[in-house]
Amino acid sequence: MTDATSGAAFVPGMDPDRRTWIAIACGAGAVGGVAVAVPFVSTFAPSERARAAGAPVQVDISAIQPGEKLTVEWRGKPVWILRRTPEQLASLKTVESQLADPNSDRKQYPTPAYAKNPHRSIKEEFFVGVGICSHLGCSPSAKLTPGAQPSLPDDWAGGFLCPCHGSTFDVAGRVFKNKPAPDNLEVPPHMYLSDSVVLIGEDKKA
Amino acid sequence: MAEFKEAPAGAPVSTQVTTWLQNRFPTAFDAYKVHMSEYYAPKNFNFWYFFGSLALLVLVLQIVTGIFLVMHYKPDATKAFESVEYIMRDVPWGWLIRYMHSTGASAFFIVVYLHMWRGMIYGSYKKPRELIWIFGCAIFLCLMAEAFMGYLLPWGQMSYWGAQVIINLFAAIPFIGPDLSLLIRGDYVVGDATLNRFFSFHVIAVPLVLLGLVVAHLLALHDVGSNNPDGVEIKARKDPTTGIPLDGVPFHPYHTVHDIVGVSVFLMIFTAIIFFMPEMGGYFLEYNNFIPADPLQTPAHIAPVWYFTPYYSMLRAVTDPMVNVFAVVAALAAVLAVLKGGLSGKWKVAVLVGAVVVIAALKIFDAKFWGVVVMGVAVLVLLPLPWLDRSPVKSIRYRPSWNKVLYGIFVFNFVVLGYLGMKPPSDIGTLISQVGTMFYFGFFLLMPWWSRIGEFKAVPDRVTFQPH
Repeated sequence: MTDATSGAAFVPGMDPDRRTWIAIACGAGAVGGVAVAVPFVSTFAPSERARAAGAPVQVDISAIQPGEKLTVEWRGKPVWILRRTPEQLASLKTVESQLADPNSDRKQYPTPAYAKNPHRSIKEEFFVGVGICSHLGCSPSAKLTPGAQPSLPDDWAGGFLCPCHGSTFDVAGRVFKNKPAPDNLEVPPHMYLSDSVVLIGEDKKA
Repeated sequence: MAEFKEAPAGAPVSTQVTTWLQNRFPTAFDAYKVHMSEYYAPKNFNFWYFFGSLALLVLVLQIVTGIFLVMHYKPDATKAFESVEYIMRDVPWGWLIRYMHSTGASAFFIVVYLHMWRGMIYGSYKKPRELIWIFGCAIFLCLMAEAFMGYLLPWGQMSYWGAQVIINLFAAIPFIGPDLSLLIRGDYVVGDATLNRFFSFHVIAVPLVLLGLVVAHLLALHDVGSNNPDGVEIKARKDPTTGIPLDGVPFHPYHTVHDIVGVSVFLMIFTAIIFFMPEMGGYFLEYNNFIPADPLQTPAHIAPVWYFTPYYSMLRAVTDPMVNVFAVVAALAAVLAVLKGGLSGKWKVAVLVGAVVVIAALKIFDAKFWGVVVMGVAVLVLLPLPWLDRSPVKSIRYRPSWNKVLYGIFVFNFVVLGYLGMKPPSDIGTLISQVGTMFYFGFFLLMPWWSRIGEFKAVPDRVTFQPH
């Protein structure tokens, strides 16, 4: 033993050739280990069946009265169709100064071009949005009645309140300032097949 | 191998059997000595020392009841809720097994929190027991994973939305987050795939890791020996002839019998809860979890089970103004380090650059991400505790008297955070939890400074113990 502290030091009688082979064997073993881990980790990804389940959904909206909200399921998520009253549409303008991103400019959940308008929808009356809070994925509750109520400000103009962490959204799904949720509610790809039927999950490709 | 022994001629059958076994499996006999009959534990243990063995008891209870629950439970999103109701109503005594398991989960955290608290006040994590503390923290992390994944299995509303929120925490990580949360769920929403993999982790993977860590925790403990309320190293004073610590008594029979008292009291409380209030007013089993999971409807108020709420409060406390507070604190810390830290020029530049990077990151990424970071770091900050604490003594008994007040505030703060985490969000609640979060981190991160100041009392040579 010439130098006990250095592992690479030459030890009398040591066969450097074997060292090389040990290194190669360890390297090959590591590569094999990683190769075996790949299929195991891959099983965590969504299955082919889960991928195929995301078909678009057709909804008849003719029965929704002004001020009513219909919830449908698309890709396992709640999608809201809210028919807004004239007062609710008017409130969109008044709350604008209190919103974090009134024009939906953030890119995390890009708002489709056809909904990038003050009312965030194709038809002014009907708001179509994914009812999943952009904070941690809870479904906000509808608090459409204006006025002071628990967990809401006194000048509440109607909208949505996430029960988990208190994020609030207006009736166009736009998030208020200084709330945990960073983004407005997602507007799913959608298009109107006729005046009263909306297809959620697909839009006209430009 | 040891010499082959022969039982003396005409020895009783018991001796012959023992000799036969000793020749074939001496390891078992050695282990009994090392860990039981010749493991010398300090004789001044007080009631705080019950909680380690109680944690082991609850672990066994959870494993046994879990094995029986798996016989009737179906990990399938369409059948899971129903199969739990089946266990509760149709399986003979199934309700008892299930309530033992659900109450056991809360009992586990009560016992483990008290066990960790014991370690903190008596400095049990200090040299040479750093690794025991780290293994313990890893056990705590495993327990959290185990509890979280187990809570999804009944497939009630709280199971579903709780899992939804926690998995979405991972989605807040910049760049890889959305893909990572997809990989955890195995679907675009929490669903059957998620339930099945959580079942697998809950009953196989995590318990195996947990058992390994418990063994490591105990072996490391028995290698260095237990600390005690005085923080005196009993191995420093040994009987010169026998080499046995003067203040040590064999773990078996002394401490095993002592622990029976603790076990009795624990079981009285535990069974009273199981029989008279298994839901514990909604704290152990939340009422919303008696409603089947509905992916379209979040319950009006969702909160995690009580043992996660202190950390949940800290998550909720991180809003945009709070991130600004963090940025100011980072800037102040850097300025203070440069002016007072006695650093060389190169390090001063490094500290300033580091602070600029931290502040930039705080402003670039969302408050949502920092909330997740705060929640994670709140648990991980326990790991370096042995190195954060610079106090010359171990036990709080010999630390400056004001330390007791400080530790008292720490517990009070933790309880307040836990309480606020159960309540719906409110402005005043957020403000209090923001102050509480700052205190929690200040307690740990400023420990290298405050643990050194004040007047320490003289530590005795021997443990204080009155025979009775």
